[in-house]
Amino acid sequence: MGLLSKKDASLITDPLADNNPITIQVLGICSALAITAELEASIVMAVSVLFVLAIGNVVISLMRNIIPSKIRIIVQLIVVATLVIVVDLVLKAFAYELSKTLSVFVGLIITNCIIMGRFEAFALANGPWKSFLDGIGNSLGYAIILVVVGFFRELLGSGSLLGFPVLGNPITKTGVYEFGYENNGFMIMPPMALIVVGIIIWIQRSKNKALIED
Amino acid sequence: MGLKSNLHNLKEKYKGTKMAPAFNAIHTFLYLPNETTHNGTHIKVADDLKRTMNTVILALVPCLIFGMFNAGYQHYLALGDIEAVSGGFFSSEFWTMDNFLVGFWKIIPLVIVSYGVGLGVEFLFAVIKKHEVEEGYLVTGMLVPLIVPIDIPLWMLAVAVVFGVVIGKEIFGGTGMNILNPALTIRAFLFFAYPTWMSGDKVWVEGAVKRTQEIADGATLDAISGETILGSLAQGHDVLNQGNELWNSFLGFIPGSVGETSTLLIVLAGLFLIFAKIGSWRIMLSSVLGALAMGLIFNGIISQEWLPEYSKFYVLMNTEFWHHLLIGGFAFGTVFMATDPVTASQTNKGKWIYGFLVGFFSIMIRVFNPGYPEGVMLAILLMNVFAPTIDHYVVKGNVKQRLKRLKAKTA
Repeated sequence: MGLLSKKDASLITDPLADNNPITIQVLGICSALAITAELEASIVMAVSVLFVLAIGNVVISLMRNIIPSKIRIIVQLIVVATLVIVVDLVLKAFAYELSKTLSVFVGLIITNCIIMGRFEAFALANGPWKSFLDGIGNSLGYAIILVVVGFFRELLGSGSLLGFPVLGNPITKTGVYEFGYENNGFMIMPPMALIVVGIIIWIQRSKNKALIED
Repeated sequence: MGLKSNLHNLKEKYKGTKMAPAFNAIHTFLYLPNETTHNGTHIKVADDLKRTMNTVILALVPCLIFGMFNAGYQHYLALGDIEAVSGGFFSSEFWTMDNFLVGFWKIIPLVIVSYGVGLGVEFLFAVIKKHEVEEGYLVTGMLVPLIVPIDIPLWMLAVAVVFGVVIGKEIFGGTGMNILNPALTIRAFLFFAYPTWMSGDKVWVEGAVKRTQEIADGATLDAISGETILGSLAQGHDVLNQGNELWNSFLGFIPGSVGETSTLLIVLAGLFLIFAKIGSWRIMLSSVLGALAMGLIFNGIISQEWLPEYSKFYVLMNTEFWHHLLIGGFAFGTVFMATDPVTASQTNKGKWIYGFLVGFFSIMIRVFNPGYPEGVMLAILLMNVFAPTIDHYVVKGNVKQRLKRLKAKTA
């Protein structure tokens, strides 16, 4: 990568796998469980978090020397809240149906632990460019898990992907439903998201033993 | 002699190789091993784990055979081909070859799928993790076909078994380490994943789903359906006091999951397990007491007229408190599932608390949650989660008491 130095590049690539915010740091689980029943909602959620985290990281990083440390949490909250309101209003304006599906969870991006975690752990101590990359990297790591979980939950739970019925029509019994296949209703329920995330964590740690902590 | 020595030779031959656990498992399943378990939950008995499990399976066989007869009986009864039983347990209408064969051809595939898939997963994990095959699945594999509706599609059962064995047991470290009862994990998975196959009035009688489909497609057949007693009660039909229903539900001539209908046989199996010192009588007794207590509370609410008659809980609450023991899967769950030595409480005092709460919550869920007509599955799973906590406080309480005694002595 000519564009980025090796150190900068690792800011983006590390959170994708070996320092993934969801599977390794176990942050941002709540939203990963709540909105991954459909792939489309997962993607929108991931993009929203990407926007909030990348911009927020830069803003906090720029202000890092003038924020009094006693009230830094309040300042961070104001920054996140502002960005989340922007996302919420954009969704309501351009993707109203989707914003209905995501309902309160867009607003709850404010409480997404990944965002506050990155502000605290990274943006307060690093320059804006690095913070920007860190924000991108972490939200991409978040996005990967969300998309994988959303993919399996929608495929097995509803038999469709992005709303497109890839497995056939369960009511008129076409596609695989002709042979007696049925959608797995458990997949749509939140507990199954927890189990799918658990399986991802399991696979990841069995591939890379260094990640196993006691 | 032939088979044993052959197996022994094979075992020696494959010793240390990847396939060794598979041969060891077959060998020790069929014959008494030379060594017994060195650790784990069954340390007190001379028999090893496999012998213990075989005893439980032995206790399950009558339920299985009865389930086969009952499957055919319910099928022909729903079709109107035979009369309802008139005599006692040995009614000639019930114990016919026709009845048996219907059930046999439906239930044997369930057993084969349950064992085949479950043991396959166990063998796979044993080979990957390089440990011996654990015998934990022997009982689970027999329990599973007994607690599902007879018409469940085999592939669903297979998916659920894979889920139950992997998520319910293997990820915790295999037999003896699991938190949840694997058989109930499998049933819970089926229940939440494919609710249309696990509840309603179509799935409990052999062939009902197929006929409903054919009628929808335009065939001129009589529809057959069979609601379970519990299902009818949950819908507000007070069926239990009609005719022989109460007696029938004790003997088991009612629709339901394959092997759980006959309370009589389950009680006998329970006594056998207590006599063989395998099932915990504390859990069974306290669970029954818990169920009776909850039933009495509900009956009290009714007799105090705190609940208007149009309430959807009225009929279930009004069910005589001891009738609850006879219907649904309560008896089966109490005798075979709640007593699972791995997932139940280990301390004696803990067993009383655990069992009581299983019974208590079973009836509570049964009455208050019309979405889940049977509460015993969820009650046992819930208490499985709490069993270690109960044990922890029992042990802690014991330590405290002894410290106090010590202080009193030395002071």
